[in-house]
Amino acid sequence: MSRAMTGAKMVVQALKDQGVEVVFGYPGGAVLPIYDEIFQQNDIKHVLVRHEQGAVHMAEGYARSTGKPGVVLVTSGPGATNAVTGLVDALMDSIPLVVFTGQVPTFMIGTDGFQEADTVGITRPCTKHNWLVKDTDKLAETIHQAFHVATSGRPGPVLIDIPKDVQFATGGYTGPKQARTDHYQPKVKGDIEAITKLVDLMETAERPIFYTGGGVINSGPGASQLLRELVDATGFPITSTLMGLGAYPASGKSWLGMLGMHGLYEANLAMHDCDLMINIGARFDDRITGRIADFSPQSKKAHIDIDASSINKVIHVDLPILGDVGHVLEDLLKVWKARGRKVNKPALDAWWGKIAGWKARNCLAYAPSTTTIKPQYALERLEALTKGRDRYITTEVGQHQMWAAQFLSFEAPNRWMTSGGLGTMGYGLPASIGVQVAHPDALVINVAGEASWLMNMQEMGTAVQFRAPVKQFILNNERLGMVRQWQQLLHGERYSQSWSEALPDFVKLAEAFGCKGIQCSDPAKLDDAIQEMLDYDGPVIFDCLVEKHENCFPMIPSGKPHNEMILGDAETEGAIGAKGAVLV
Amino acid sequence: MAALNIKKGSSSHSAYDLRDPHAQVESSHTLAVLVDNEAGVLARVIGLFSGRGYNIDSLTVAEVDHKGHRSRITIVTRGSLAVIDQIKAQLGRIVPVHEVHDLTVEGRAVERELALFKVAGTGEKRVEALRLADIFRASVVDSTLESFVFEITGTPEKIDAFADLMRPLGLIDVARTGVAALSRGV
Ligand SMILES: Cc1ncc(C[n+]2csc(CCOP(=O)(O)OP(=O)(O)O)c2C)c(N)n1
Ligand SMILES: [Mg+2]
Repeated sequence: MSRAMTGAKMVVQALKDQGVEVVFGYPGGAVLPIYDEIFQQNDIKHVLVRHEQGAVHMAEGYARSTGKPGVVLVTSGPGATNAVTGLVDALMDSIPLVVFTGQVPTFMIGTDGFQEADTVGITRPCTKHNWLVKDTDKLAETIHQAFHVATSGRPGPVLIDIPKDVQFATGGYTGPKQARTDHYQPKVKGDIEAITKLVDLMETAERPIFYTGGGVINSGPGASQLLRELVDATGFPITSTLMGLGAYPASGKSWLGMLGMHGLYEANLAMHDCDLMINIGARFDDRITGRIADFSPQSKKAHIDIDASSINKVIHVDLPILGDVGHVLEDLLKVWKARGRKVNKPALDAWWGKIAGWKARNCLAYAPSTTTIKPQYALERLEALTKGRDRYITTEVGQHQMWAAQFLSFEAPNRWMTSGGLGTMGYGLPASIGVQVAHPDALVINVAGEASWLMNMQEMGTAVQFRAPVKQFILNNERLGMVRQWQQLLHGERYSQSWSEALPDFVKLAEAFGCKGIQCSDPAKLDDAIQEMLDYDGPVIFDCLVEKHENCFPMIPSGKPHNEMILGDAETEGAIGAKGAVLV
Repeated sequence: MAALNIKKGSSSHSAYDLRDPHAQVESSHTLAVLVDNEAGVLARVIGLFSGRGYNIDSLTVAEVDHKGHRSRITIVTRGSLAVIDQIKAQLGRIVPVHEVHDLTVEGRAVERELALFKVAGTGEKRVEALRLADIFRASVVDSTLESFVFEITGTPEKIDAFADLMRPLGLIDVARTGVAALSRGV
């Protein structure tokens, strides 16, 4: 049964039927009929952004912190092209989004009409899938399929391009249940034989490690729960990628900390020396593996992933298990328990002994200062002063992002939103607003670098308008710090264009936006200043003036293996060889 | 203080070197990809190959089930086994792709291509072209006093061989369809 309505009304109806509560968007000529429908209803809240890139990052923050798809509505042409960075960001980090773009009317497509862009062409490689809907009768089903595709299998962004005449025309609306989704049904159950093989390996492994990633978070809270049970029952050490932080609690006794280029010494060395690596929902990114030829040379590798193309893409694995993390972990636990919960205890004890030796190296140590705020110290204090609160952290991209991953601890999934795969400066501020919209009463902090923050600072207007009390904690080193660090290590200390010149006065900027600004440069006053930020009922821009030339360590220089890490007190001259220098 | 374990001048083999063409032997594979015949589906497939740096030696596409709106894309590609596996997995990820078959590994397949050859010439060369066409079972589909258009069907190798023979005899134009392939038996 279908109901007759206009295409524009169908969009709003379909969103309601999909349980959507909020849309992040920006109007324009090609979406006016949809905005007219939004005006005439109260079920769906619309957050008016200041730039379409902001809308997409907000939707990402919303999605990552709730597990629900984020929804975006923008106009044709520049509205669509402004959204592209966010689409690729979501694609790289597997964030479910449904993005609606307006398009010139069907009869004008191809004429270089005003604000016409080949949106489906431009966004084809930037989305998991996209559609141009030319027939109002097909619109409702397409929208329902879009939600299905965005959220099934490996999640990702999808886009629906709707010409304006299709929005005006009347057609038949059908509900989500009538939509055909059988053509896209990724396999979620893992092969039980392979799972049993993995149990075999787990029972005898001498130096096992769990290497987990964003796939655990995407699989839902149940998957994180099962992971915790598995880790605690086996007593195997666990490390995680940047994207997977929080799936296993940082306070858990088997936690080694993050791995990778700026990961912890103990985590990277354990990866290098293990004899059984169990990859759960991670993808052997180059930030993780370092030099491929020397990546964990002695280990048998198992890889649990819902995306077949992630398996054997970068690292050849011995035991692939294709399926959803939650489903596979459930079966894995069942089989392991049924076979008597066996582990190689004596070997495991010795393994933990070795790890304790690495931990004792205290790789995050830094030289403290009583005169300048060290960025690490600022994060330690932020951690201490927000301990125990249900806290959501977003970040921008750069040194501050890596320090946040190292120095803040995450006890639960969906509390850490960062741009991992694409490394998009300008992600954190809008993402924090998206998180706050989803969790109005929660504490939401964007740990930012001053340069990244400026990239989407216009969204402070959105935060103020929608009373999103987001805290912008800017570690201001007046440098493009991460760029400066690479120039120091790699380009003979020639600091080409890595200064943040002519910075605004952030306190005055806050006042101009109508929110609160705080500045602090004295370590002795930092606690009070942070407390003032936390206590303020509204958005805050915190300008934390930190040490300008601090480097982020540990660091595995590009092209080096895990066991060739540079630590904070090391000589860094020539650390990156000529061949490593071509890598990013 | 010395850098930790940094071997000076050690060479790098990072993720970026993965597609080193010399790392493994390349072989040719014929893939049959069954897709929904919807707008943009061919662009998705081609974009995947260009975006990820895979080779396309030949590509054909046509709707094979008009009622079900299914098209069959036949792609001849080259790569190491790891790359071929990756290509198949990446194709399988495209939402309107229903099936991906590697006809090269799934047992011997029948592969055929159709080509049209225009050969211009008179006298001895013209006679020789006609004689060779007969040997290759190419048929004459157009003729003037100084030219022929031959139609030939066969494996790409047979068509290459025919082209080599026609070149000195006045070959002036070629059109090839690319490979269509089906697995043998049921
Ligand atoms: C959009 C974009 N442009 C450029 C880069 C390259 N980049 C990575 S980190 C960085 C510097 C970031 O500076 P800041 O935000 O101040 O952070 P810091 O490293 O100083 O903590 C740059 C330019 C990027 N990641 N994203
Ligand atoms: Mg900075």
